Amino acid sequence: MEINTGDTAWVLASAALVLFMTPGLALFYGGMVRSKSVLNMMMMSFIALGTISVSWVLWGYSEAFGESWNGLIGNPFQHFGLDGLLGERVFGTIPAAAFVAFQSVFAIIAVALVSGAIADRAKFTAWTVFTVVWATIVYFPVAHWVFAFDGFAADKGGWIANQLKAIDFAGGTAIHINAGAAGLALAFVLGKRVGFGKDPMRPHNLTLVMIGAGILWFGWFGFNAGSALGANGTAAVAWVNTLAATGAAMLGWLVVEKSRDGHPTSLGAASGVVAGLVAITPACSALTPVGSVVLGVVAGAACAYAVGLKFRFGFDDSLDVVGVHLVGGLIGTIGVGFLGSASAPAGVDGLFYGGGVDQLWRQVVGALAVLVFSFVVTYVIGTVIQRTIGFRLETEAEVAGIDLEEHAETSYDINGLASGRFGTGSGAAVPTAATKTHEGASA
Amino acid sequence: MKLVTAIIKPHQLDEVKEALEAYGISGMTVSEASGYGRQRGHSEVYRGAEYTVDFVPKVRVEVLVDDIDAGSVADVILKSAQTGRIGDGKIWTVPVEDVVRVRTGERGVDAL
Repeated sequence: MEINTGDTAWVLASAALVLFMTPGLALFYGGMVRSKSVLNMMMMSFIALGTISVSWVLWGYSEAFGESWNGLIGNPFQHFGLDGLLGERVFGTIPAAAFVAFQSVFAIIAVALVSGAIADRAKFTAWTVFTVVWATIVYFPVAHWVFAFDGFAADKGGWIANQLKAIDFAGGTAIHINAGAAGLALAFVLGKRVGFGKDPMRPHNLTLVMIGAGILWFGWFGFNAGSALGANGTAAVAWVNTLAATGAAMLGWLVVEKSRDGHPTSLGAASGVVAGLVAITPACSALTPVGSVVLGVVAGAACAYAVGLKFRFGFDDSLDVVGVHLVGGLIGTIGVGFLGSASAPAGVDGLFYGGGVDQLWRQVVGALAVLVFSFVVTYVIGTVIQRTIGFRLETEAEVAGIDLEEHAETSYDINGLASGRFGTGSGAAVPTAATKTHEGASA
Repeated sequence: MKLVTAIIKPHQLDEVKEALEAYGISGMTVSEASGYGRQRGHSEVYRGAEYTVDFVPKVRVEVLVDDIDAGSVADVILKSAQTGRIGDGKIWTVPVEDVVRVRTGERGVDAL
């Protein structure tokens, strides 16, 4: 195939849009925690930009899209260091490297999403190790199952995409169910925050949350419409469905809040937006715009209830990765089996459009396979990290604030009254008498 | 000399300030405060979880005055800060031993 410049431009631009989602997620999560842990929360997302970028180009891409071993995992050595993918190599109508770039940012945000479940209480070094281990053992293989189609990047791809033929256009299973189940597992491994269910843990800055939600929505057009891997009709339909479902989900969440709690909240609006985006992710190529509105309303309303599950069952999924991403991902992925329409680009009728249960069971099997695999393996990874280098922060440090303990920083110096002096511990950046003299001389 | 301290609702600050200026007060100190009285706290809802917030935001206004003005200043604050709804705040007056103007070193009533 020839390289199509329009397709290539759109995929590269989409990759940049999706990259921007991770800083957006950092704001979305950062505003929701208390002021003593906002920097750590944002760093948990940012560190994934470092660790996953590097692991992706070294072995992650190859593990996800290299030649398949029984549909379960790609050969991590085939394209180690992206060997053989530069130059004239073309996938579909875009350069191989453009596909590598687009999929890299999916891996980054999938890992970052998990962090919301264990806010305020994870040792940063342990989290950093976790990002690499989890990506390698859980995310890269699951991305292979879902995103590696036979004959695209390699002759043989993953089992969900090619044997099961579940529809997951942009990653409802691989990203959201995966991250949600992993978050649930880590919430169990690390346990509840000190004071969970007793102390109010109010979001410290909802304006950050709103900005973050806005950036996520913006970036998500790259996530969903970019997954068409071309500048074409499928991309445009995915774009429109992403708009329709997300708007509807926000309304759904707010209607539940207004009737149940008496007030439509800004956090509810931001959360409804994300719930809608999550739900439409697997479905955006398979639904009509009207179907997308229905899916969005259901996802928004259901997630507004699902975020209460943690109090009922007593697990501290701090920022509702389960309630929004796992539940939203399940609704979207399984929703394809009900609401899929042959008039949409995916061309498959769901149960409500006379297609019977043929697609529905495939969706259910795909969703549950990822859920169970991710939960079990993540639980094991988390437990091993906890027993070896320790995952949970010490209680005193957690109470004092993880920003100070893990990063030696505080987020806000509002009144400028924190007087002090330079220390001598870290060396390089400390002004000395000599540098002052130098400044004086040059002035 | 007396120190008149008032804890008021934040959105009443402008009215209190203007009323005190109209009375002829030459300065005041304002700071943000948190607390509760009979009002107790208020409730907030985040993702369906209701929290009672005990300490609600208040503004503390402090005015140093001559003895003869103390009663009137308290009245001025009372009139301008009162909304009649719960949470309007409190005013109290305490004697002050000495006041010094830092710039000039003036003391006592001259420093007001």
